[in-house]
Amino acid sequence: MVEIEVNGEARQVDVEPEMPLLWVLREHLALTGTKFGCGIAQCGACTVHVAGVPVRSCTTPVGAVAGRAVTTIEGLGGDGQRHALQQAWIDEQVPQCGYCQSGQIMAAAALLAQNPAPSDADIDAAMRGNVCRCGTYGRIRRAIKRAAVITSSTSEEPSAGEHEGPAPRM
Amino acid sequence: MAKDESGKSRVGKWTRRGLLVTGGVLVGGALVIGVAVRPGHRAPKLRGLVADDDEALLNVWVKVTPDNTVVAIVPHAEMGQGVHSALAQMLADEMDADWDSVEVIEAPAHEEYANYALVRGLALGEMDVPTFLVDTVDGALLELSQVADLQVTGGSFSLRFTGIHAMRVAGAAARQVLAEAAAATWQVPVDELRLERSLVKHPPTEREGRFADFAAAAAALVPPAKPRLKAADEFQVMGRSKPRLDIPPKVDGSARFGIDAHVDGMKVATVRRAPVFGGRLLGVDDSRALAMPGVEEVVALPDAVAVVADGYWHAQRGLAALDVQWSGDGRETISQDDIYAQFRRDLDAADAGGGDVEVGEGDVDHALAAAAQRLDAEYEAPFLAHATMEPMNCTVWPHDGVCDAWVGSQNPLGVRTTVADVLQLEPDNVTVHNGYLGGGFGRRVYPDFAEQAAQVARAVGGPVKLIWSREEDIAQDRYRPATISRFRAGLDAGGRPVAWSNLYVNKHEPAEAPRIPYAIENQRIASVASPTHVPFGFWRSVDHSQHAFFTESFIDELATLAGADPYRFRRDLLSRAPRDRAVLDAAAERGDWGAPLTAGRGRGIALHRSFGSIVAEVAEVTVDTGGVRVDRVVCAVDVGLAINPDGLIAQMESGIVYGLTAALYGEITIRDGAVAQSNFHDYPMLRIDATPTIETVIVNSGEALGGAGEPSTPPIAPAVANAVFAATGQRIRRLPLSRRVAVA
Repeated sequence: MVEIEVNGEARQVDVEPEMPLLWVLREHLALTGTKFGCGIAQCGACTVHVAGVPVRSCTTPVGAVAGRAVTTIEGLGGDGQRHALQQAWIDEQVPQCGYCQSGQIMAAAALLAQNPAPSDADIDAAMRGNVCRCGTYGRIRRAIKRAAVITSSTSEEPSAGEHEGPAPRM
Repeated sequence: MAKDESGKSRVGKWTRRGLLVTGGVLVGGALVIGVAVRPGHRAPKLRGLVADDDEALLNVWVKVTPDNTVVAIVPHAEMGQGVHSALAQMLADEMDADWDSVEVIEAPAHEEYANYALVRGLALGEMDVPTFLVDTVDGALLELSQVADLQVTGGSFSLRFTGIHAMRVAGAAARQVLAEAAAATWQVPVDELRLERSLVKHPPTEREGRFADFAAAAAALVPPAKPRLKAADEFQVMGRSKPRLDIPPKVDGSARFGIDAHVDGMKVATVRRAPVFGGRLLGVDDSRALAMPGVEEVVALPDAVAVVADGYWHAQRGLAALDVQWSGDGRETISQDDIYAQFRRDLDAADAGGGDVEVGEGDVDHALAAAAQRLDAEYEAPFLAHATMEPMNCTVWPHDGVCDAWVGSQNPLGVRTTVADVLQLEPDNVTVHNGYLGGGFGRRVYPDFAEQAAQVARAVGGPVKLIWSREEDIAQDRYRPATISRFRAGLDAGGRPVAWSNLYVNKHEPAEAPRIPYAIENQRIASVASPTHVPFGFWRSVDHSQHAFFTESFIDELATLAGADPYRFRRDLLSRAPRDRAVLDAAAERGDWGAPLTAGRGRGIALHRSFGSIVAEVAEVTVDTGGVRVDRVVCAVDVGLAINPDGLIAQMESGIVYGLTAALYGEITIRDGAVAQSNFHDYPMLRIDATPTIETVIVNSGEALGGAGEPSTPPIAPAVANAVFAATGQRIRRLPLSRRVAVA
């Protein structure tokens, strides 16, 4: 039995501690927004946050995150609200097939939480672990910059319009 | 004449296009008008789509719900190409529906939704038979009645055929009966009505009603045999960038892909097929696997072995613990070098003017002999895997003499037929639930993984989700074929090409892929068959991706030989191809062709026509001590009319990145009869930090609609290779570039 906290909820799962977090999320907690892409931490489709840090859940044993806060794409916005990045992803019409996008958004959210105004080089460094076969990289870059403007203006000016979302969780 | 349950019959024929427009009352007095894609076919299963008695199914492509939502039912899979939204735009525009209340659902896998475009094109001899269809119809004679059982998303057909021949007609027919119903209800002339945003208005009397208000009255009318379609200047929704309807669920994890299917009590399986293509399972020791936690069963198949467990990770660990013996049947010694050597032997044998001649114009041999300058070159392109982000998977649940299957497929009817065959069921008893596709690119046309899922489910006797590992996905793909292409050309004394001879191995589809738009008087394009044991598959843009690299690199070589500017050289040969020339010009202009570049940088251009569309690209590269870096790509495209301009731009970007990945790194090699690569570490993908800026110029020529999902892929490899030549003087004749030069 492993105890983990996922999207703010304490959960108990009856699995070996070696089982990758990805399969616990997908098969035991029905959180299928986190995707299986490669199984060897090469594509980023399975990216989630553990205590605010982006990790590849396909190679992270669930036992290693016991007692730590795990956030998945389903819990990113919170309270039914879209995270600023999710709205920016819609505004820039980023996804095509959409399969990698949960991981892309989680990687971007971790970046913005740490660096509210990332440069192109910062975006390259934070996002190069996430593969998109539909080639949406240009739009991902634009959407991160769009969300960065919104989140930074939100933090300065709390009533910053319709795209206002909760600050990225740490 | 077909009758519905209430006995009313309303059938109009539109024989000019071979469509049948039908109408009648379906259930509970609700309205149905159908555009049947096959004459005489009544689509009885569409009744299942009408959930409530008061919902109206306006025709096979559109439903109006009581809350006045227009639901577009589209027969093609959404794999990121935006087809659901673009088809809905075509329907909504003709219908004057409110775009903000249009919803899209994918039609279930039924014959009624067979891709009429393919059928009609085949029947009228407008196109060659794509070989990927042959599997689906068991290789039988491609008679209309058999091919009609297809529902395929591929070949960039969706908008060009379904859109024009069905969605727009359906929207226009629906609009017309709604207008007539409103006119009759209000006792006013129909031409005084104005339809907009799913409302019917009569300005003289200031009356207004919703589409849904007239559904019942419209049921009493005969649908128009030839509804009037809008002229281009009347379009309200087509030609505009509308937000894609499938995007919101793709940013919050709620979109359901095939791999997200769940059935209570299902097992999860993973599989390994014989690594050497065509190999068989000789034996398996499963004692260690069966002792492992969660492993429930090991299923031996003729050419594969599957492990069934309570979850994927347990299945994967069980598979790794198997001790398996495979037969290679003599193919286990074949290497990539053997394959290329075989190609060269077969080319040598055919080189004296032999081969299967596709184009033969003028007298190439004479023109070559008389040429002032000659150039011969040999080009090579490797095998490629698709590597969709979502590994192949299918969930099969046989129960109560029927079966449900969940999948993401470009060919759901093929999945249905395949699953039915394995389970010995009538296809009518198999229901395929097609989810979003985590990438298609041609891979998901093939139902091989669904066949395995059905075999495992049959062995287990219950619901099973089969998930391939990434390693299996790379090793068991249907590959873009490796090819070698040889050229001989001659220039006259003025530097103008007078002879073009091209011989290559293994013609697939489409046959026109190696054709060039340039006016060269003497041409011979021929192929020679050189079969390999590596399974062939349709890979985004099919044969165009190799041949555009070959032809557009070699024409660049001829420009160099002639001492001409590569853009001007091409342009001078396009006097009889004004559409191609306009696209080339647009790319050159936006791409700053001719503007000076610093040392170590270069610009390359390429032009190619595919799937009825024309694309030209200008690539800018930097080559320095770090290697080759692609900085910028400018793309000009003519698809006739951009239905959704931003969607078209997205497809151009997508096809360029897909093709650039292949051009820079993409290579599957054969070692010991099997694929040598296994995952993204040794089959690398383009990532954000190496992706160039991409600018797209849309050229709306107004010509017949062309495809959007594929045509930007072919020109990128030659544009980049030509840019590398411009920067360094090094001519790349073999892909990927990373084999020849360092790639940053």
